[in-house]
Amino acid sequence: MSGVTVFGLCAAAAVGLGLYGLITNPQPLRKVIAFNLLGSGVFLLFGIVGRRGAAAGFGNDPVPQALVITGVVVAFSATALTIALLLRLFQTSGSTSLRGGEPTRAGPDPSGG
Amino acid sequence: MTFATFLEIMLAAVVLGLGIWTIVARDTYAAAVGFIVYGLLVALIWVRLDAVDVALTEAAIGGGLGGVLLLGAAARLRATEVMAAAEAPGKGVCLGAAALSAAVAVAIASAVLQLPEPAPTLAPAAVANASATGLANPVTNVLMAFRAMDTMLEKVVLLLAIVGVWSLASDRAWGGRPGPRHRSDPRGILAFLARLLPPVGIVVGIYVFWTGANHPGGAFQGGAILAAMWLLVIMAGLADTPPVSNRLLRLVLIGGPGLFLLVGLGGIHFGPAFLGYPPTFAKPLILGIEVAMVLTIAATLGLLLAGAPERSTEP
Repeated sequence: MSGVTVFGLCAAAAVGLGLYGLITNPQPLRKVIAFNLLGSGVFLLFGIVGRRGAAAGFGNDPVPQALVITGVVVAFSATALTIALLLRLFQTSGSTSLRGGEPTRAGPDPSGG
Repeated sequence: MTFATFLEIMLAAVVLGLGIWTIVARDTYAAAVGFIVYGLLVALIWVRLDAVDVALTEAAIGGGLGGVLLLGAAARLRATEVMAAAEAPGKGVCLGAAALSAAVAVAIASAVLQLPEPAPTLAPAAVANASATGLANPVTNVLMAFRAMDTMLEKVVLLLAIVGVWSLASDRAWGGRPGPRHRSDPRGILAFLARLLPPVGIVVGIYVFWTGANHPGGAFQGGAILAAMWLLVIMAGLADTPPVSNRLLRLVLIGGPGLFLLVGLGGIHFGPAFLGYPPTFAKPLILGIEVAMVLTIAATLGLLLAGAPERSTEP
């Protein structure tokens, strides 16, 4: 079994783990971490495909590499936006619960927002 | 089994262990720390896969800046930990999720084992057209020329994320300074490092950016290093975050995508197509866009980490 296959199986497991955490973790921040784990597995799959496509003197196909670099930056900005949303939710309601329906601590926004 | 394969299996095992840790750890802070180490080790996997450009990006953005973001949020949301524990899903949901996740993982793993042979590749095409840009790093070629549309739209995504984060400010802090004002002992170790490291870090960041034309590196990796230096100075309390209503700041933020778009539109007029560079000017045009982009990326990444405006500019 070559190193590429080992990392490929590792990527598949990371996707599975991330999906599990995304569904079962009640804490939204943990869902964000789990989703990033899932994403990192998907990026690694790109790396595997690129590594297998090594040709013309490159150890890894440059096209999937470029796609992953773009993907990493987009994933980071999406994470930053999600975390800003979470912090704001916590600031205004005192909780980050994703459960709908239940009234959380209702009160005037302390920050005047 | 060779020694290299053995090392690769060990690396994969440690990465998987850390992945499991980030999911099962009780404490969110501990999970975030696990995720940072995970990101750094995944960067090693990328080096083993001979994708050094991605490794640099993953280490700088995935492990470094992403880690700071997660740790900061985990510390500020610590109070929600108990509440979240009460909302844990039941056994049935967990079992269902486990079955679904295992099925997805097995499906992907079997796809990995059955990838076509010989593998399809675009590397020869990237080599054949490298002369069109005059850059030797194939990844930079793909990012800046062959798939320039992706890179330009990604800059727009960064801008949209910033707009989204800024619009979460309360009325009082609208247009104000992001994040809390950091204070630290002016004679302490953090302030010392914040004075010592940025000159070195700025040189390294610019080098990584500049060498990206021909070697692993580029605007993203260099920009992330510059952003880290800026944040270090802010966290040590030596400088404050700029108010988001600052004109110059906004100009830097739209400079990268703006110039990219202008050159792209120029391509319709003077070159072959939208984002098509006239061959004689390809290299200077790409380097010009990258200079504007590295500043935009550094400012955007730093501001995304700083978060929504929390303090009004008037004291």
